[in-house]
Amino acid sequence: MKTLQEVQAEVVDDFSMYDEWLDKYEYLIDLGRRLEPFPEELKTDDRLIRGCQSRVWLDAREEDGRLYFRADSDAIITKGIISLLIGVYSGRTAAEIAEDDFAFVDRLGLRENLSPTRANGLASMIETLRQTAKKCC
Amino acid sequence: MQQLENIRQEFPALGERVYGKPLVYLDNAATSQRPRSVIGLWEELTVKRNANLHRAVHRLADLATQEYEATRDAVRAYLNAESREEIVFTSGATAAINLVAFSFGEAFVREGDEIVVGEAEHHSDIVPWQMLCGRKGAVLKVLPVDDGGHYRLDALPALLTPRTKLVCIAHISNVLGLVNPVKDIVKICHSAGCYVLVDGAQGIVHGPVDVREMDCDFYVFSGHKVYAAPGTGVLYGRRALLEQMPPYMGGGEMIDTVRWSGTSYAPLPQKFEAGTQNMAGTPTLRPALEMAQALRDPAFEAGQKAIKEFMLNKLHGIPGLRLYGEPASPEEKIPLFSFSVEHAHHEDLALILDKMGIAVRSGQMCAEPLMDRFGVTGMLRVSFAPYNTLQEAEYFIQSLERAIKMLRG
Repeated sequence: MKTLQEVQAEVVDDFSMYDEWLDKYEYLIDLGRRLEPFPEELKTDDRLIRGCQSRVWLDAREEDGRLYFRADSDAIITKGIISLLIGVYSGRTAAEIAEDDFAFVDRLGLRENLSPTRANGLASMIETLRQTAKKCC
Repeated sequence: MQQLENIRQEFPALGERVYGKPLVYLDNAATSQRPRSVIGLWEELTVKRNANLHRAVHRLADLATQEYEATRDAVRAYLNAESREEIVFTSGATAAINLVAFSFGEAFVREGDEIVVGEAEHHSDIVPWQMLCGRKGAVLKVLPVDDGGHYRLDALPALLTPRTKLVCIAHISNVLGLVNPVKDIVKICHSAGCYVLVDGAQGIVHGPVDVREMDCDFYVFSGHKVYAAPGTGVLYGRRALLEQMPPYMGGGEMIDTVRWSGTSYAPLPQKFEAGTQNMAGTPTLRPALEMAQALRDPAFEAGQKAIKEFMLNKLHGIPGLRLYGEPASPEEKIPLFSFSVEHAHHEDLALILDKMGIAVRSGQMCAEPLMDRFGVTGMLRVSFAPYNTLQEAEYFIQSLERAIKMLRG
């Protein structure tokens, strides 16, 4: 199995293939579309991530010491972003996630391109992943 | 067209580029860009004529005070208020409404009294009244809008009772872009014996305002939406009411005498201007309102009309697009368009448009109750200023169509 750092490096590589931000959005939209369907009954307030302009739901379950995430959003770019994040962290141990510095998000350029707008609540998504992992540690 | 190009040159921010593309600024309802006349005065007052107002006898203080008080005269004239004592400077429309909510509330509102606010109001014209009602045990009532976004004037008389003290309504809605029939609303309210506050945050930008003709009791606006420095604003209040209202804040320059046995207050308008004022910002209201006046030139108005017609026509032609605030006549709407698009979230649209160089607003626009009324979590809003061009409107529509295509796949 690849290490968390290797997976992150791959994602950064894939994302940096696109020079234009509109192409990066196309890529995120595509990721969002391909995310597995999220059960309607899981769209509860306690799974809703606060601080996003669009609604984002995150569900986490633990199996054999590893965390598996599912997510959804009513906005497709945000759905692509959360898809990218859970693609990296799903199947990792709680300790791995809790100890990660999430610096690969900076290397994607997501933070300076999206976060200042507060629009998609990238910081809230990361914080929720981190807190979920901490609780399971 | 040359005239428009010349006026655009006066707004340095309009020449900015974002992501290597020319900035197309269509978020004017949130804040306008500022002309050189405003920026210049702001800088001059900060650099050369910085002194506290009203207090000292030295030359600099005198110059700063003259500038500030001349602004009051200019605002009085602009609003056609009866006297300069009716013009109170605040930090913005929000501060002005909070001032009225506190001071009018103290003087006039008792337990069981009623305040009426419009369903389409900005949070700034809702929350202060909720807070007042909470403090006083008063009741908040809501004037509804119809499906087109028009206030239901037919429902207003029945809402008003002998216990209704104040009705609060926007001159122009920041979401729907509709000019509300404030004169009619004032007439109905006055005949029922209650007062009217008009939130002019958008109204001050898009047409002349005559408070005596409107006959409202309070009119508030922010400077930053009408080309002035941020942190500036105006409360117009009918003198007889302001006289009866206690101060909102205590502090320097709002007093007559201060003794341990008790304090007496300064006359209007200083009674409501406690503490050091925005001495560099507030005077920029004068060149800002001069700019607003200049932009009311028929040449610019014709341009605005053309943009409005173009936008309404194009937006109506986009499948799955729902426009909020359908005007009964073109004069009833300012060039501000809020809408939602099927299968294209407002946040996605705003993010994509941003990367195309277009600044728009997405979300609830500080009007959550109105979002609930229309059953949406948010909208996309494009708001034009007189310095925007038809080419920018055309580029916006092309970009919007491209963004929708990207999202629908």
